[in-house]
Amino acid sequence: MNKVIIFAENFEGVFKKATFEAVSYGSRIVEQMGGGEVIAISLGEVADEELKSLGAYGATRVISLHNEAFNSLDAKIYAKTIADNVKKENAGLIIFTDSNASKAVAPRVAVRLHAGMVFGAYGLPSNLSPFTIPKKVFYGKAFTEVVIQSEVKVISLSQNSFGVVENKKDIVVENIDHTVDTDQIKTKILSVEKSTGKILLTDAEIVVSGGRGMKGPDKWKPLEDLAETLGAGLACTRPVSDEGWRPHTEHVGQTGKIIAPNLYFAFGISGAIQHLAGVSSSKVIVAVNTDKDAPIFSAADYGVVGDAATVLIGLNDALKKFKSEN
Amino acid sequence: MKILICISSVPDTTTKIKPTGDGKAIDLANVQWIINPWDELALTRVLELKEQPNSKIEKITVLTVGGRNAEPTIRKALAIGADDAIRVDTEPGDNYFTAFQIAQALKNYDSDIIICGIESSDYNGSSTGSMIAEMMDLPSVSSVSKLEIESDTVKMNREISGGFEVIEMPTPMVAIVQKGIAIEPRIPSMRGIMMARSKPLQVVESADVKPLTVFCSYTLPSPKAACKMVDAENMEELVNLLHNEAKII
Repeated sequence: MNKVIIFAENFEGVFKKATFEAVSYGSRIVEQMGGGEVIAISLGEVADEELKSLGAYGATRVISLHNEAFNSLDAKIYAKTIADNVKKENAGLIIFTDSNASKAVAPRVAVRLHAGMVFGAYGLPSNLSPFTIPKKVFYGKAFTEVVIQSEVKVISLSQNSFGVVENKKDIVVENIDHTVDTDQIKTKILSVEKSTGKILLTDAEIVVSGGRGMKGPDKWKPLEDLAETLGAGLACTRPVSDEGWRPHTEHVGQTGKIIAPNLYFAFGISGAIQHLAGVSSSKVIVAVNTDKDAPIFSAADYGVVGDAATVLIGLNDALKKFKSEN
Repeated sequence: MKILICISSVPDTTTKIKPTGDGKAIDLANVQWIINPWDELALTRVLELKEQPNSKIEKITVLTVGGRNAEPTIRKALAIGADDAIRVDTEPGDNYFTAFQIAQALKNYDSDIIICGIESSDYNGSSTGSMIAEMMDLPSVSSVSKLEIESDTVKMNREISGGFEVIEMPTPMVAIVQKGIAIEPRIPSMRGIMMARSKPLQVVESADVKPLTVFCSYTLPSPKAACKMVDAENMEELVNLLHNEAKII
C-alpha cells in the first residue's frame, strides 16, 4: 500500500498552517497515487485534540512519540526517530515543511533512508513515474523539474505553494512512549530569547515593508500603524537593517528571510533583484515609490507613484474606513 | 583547533538567468562566478575569530567540489584569508552526491568544526550541510546566526520561530550558518591576493557515487501582468481594487 508520512512539527504543542498545508499536500499525492495511507508523525508533547486536527486535512493516522528529549531539537535524534518510523511503516514518501527544523532534520532523514531529496517543492508532482517535482531555483528566477530516482523519497514543501485544503478523514491517534539514547544528544540549550505578541514575519498573511525611501528610522510610525490596521507583519530591506533603522530580523530578501504572504506592501523600496528574491512568491504585491521607473513596479500588481509617508496616511485612512464599513 | 569551511561557487546574484535552447540546463556562458554569499560570511566570521587575542584556531581550510573552473573561486577564499584549500575534482551533482564527496574527502581529515552556508544561491537546496553531518555521524546545528568558540565547545545562536536559542555543542561538529553570522563579507587585500598564489591547494579524487535526483528541465516564470497604477490621491480606489479585484482583503 502507498504510505506517505508527514513530519508534523509543533510549536510549543501547537501546529501551524505550514503543517496543515503539508498534510493537505500529502493527502492529495496519495489520491494521485490511487489511494493509500496518510500518516503524520509528531515528536514531543501535543494534546490529542491538536493531533486530531490533522484529520481535517486528510491524515488518517498520527503517530505521536513522547520523550522529554523531543522538547528541544537535536537534529540527529529527530532524524533517527523519524527515519526509524519510516522504515517500520515501510513508507515511500516523507514530506516536510520548509521550516528551520525541517532544514536541520530532513536532509539527515534522507541520508539515513538513502532517499533522494528535493527541498522547496513548489506544488504537486507533475509525474508519479518517474517521480517529478517542480521547484524554484535562483530564488524564483527559474523553475525546474526534479526527478527523484531513489525508491524512498523526501520532499520539503515551499510554504504557500499548495495551500491548506480541507479533506476530512477519521483519524486514529497512536501515543507511544519513545526511548531515546540520551548519550547521543549533543545539543545543549542554554537559554531561549523570544519576542511575544508580535506577528511573525514568516507566518503573516499580510506584510508591510519599508525601504530607504522611508527616509529614516523615525519615519516608521505610519508603517507600524498600517500594519496594525491590517494585522500585518513588518519587514524591511537590507540597507534599512544594515543601517540599523530596523532590526535585522525584519530583513526580507535573498540573504534575509524569504517570505510568501498573500499581500505584500513595498513602501519606498526600489526593488533590487536581491530584495525581489525574498518576496517574489507573494500572491499580490503593492508598490509605492516616488520613481515611476523603479524596478519594483515590474514585480508589482498594483503601483502608486508618490511619497511613501503621504501615501501611507491616505491608505491607512482608506483602510480604516473600509474596515468600519465591512 | 582546525576549522573547515565548505565553499560553493555560484553565479553572481545579479546574473540574468535563462535556460539553454533545449531547456535542459541554465545557460552559464558569460556568468561571473562568486563565493556563495553564506559561505563567504562563514569565512569572514572564522577570520574574525582567528584574529582575536588568544584564539585557539590554528588553521582555516576551505573545501569545494568542482572542476578546474572552480579554482578562481577557491583562490579568492585563500586571498580573503583561508590558510589552505581542498578541491574535490568533480562537477557537483545533487545534494546527496555533493555531500557524499565532501564526507569522503574529510574522512581522514581532522577538523574540529565544519561550517556550511544554509543554502546555495543557485539551487536553493538547504541540505548539503546536514547531509554531510549525517554521513560523517557528527552532531550539527542549523540556522546559526552567531558563533563563538569556547575551549572545546561551540556556542551559537540558533534562529527559531520568533526568536533564537543559545546553544552549546562539543566539537567535532557541523555548524550551518545564515544571516547574522557576519555583517559584511571581507574583500581580499592586494597582499592577500599575492599570498593566495602560494598557499597549498590540494586536489583530491572524487568518490564513486550516483546522484539520487536529476534536474531535468528549466523554464522561466511566466511574466507578470502589467502593474495597475493607482493615483496617490485616491487610496480608496486601491482599497477597492484589493477588495473587489484581487479579493485579498
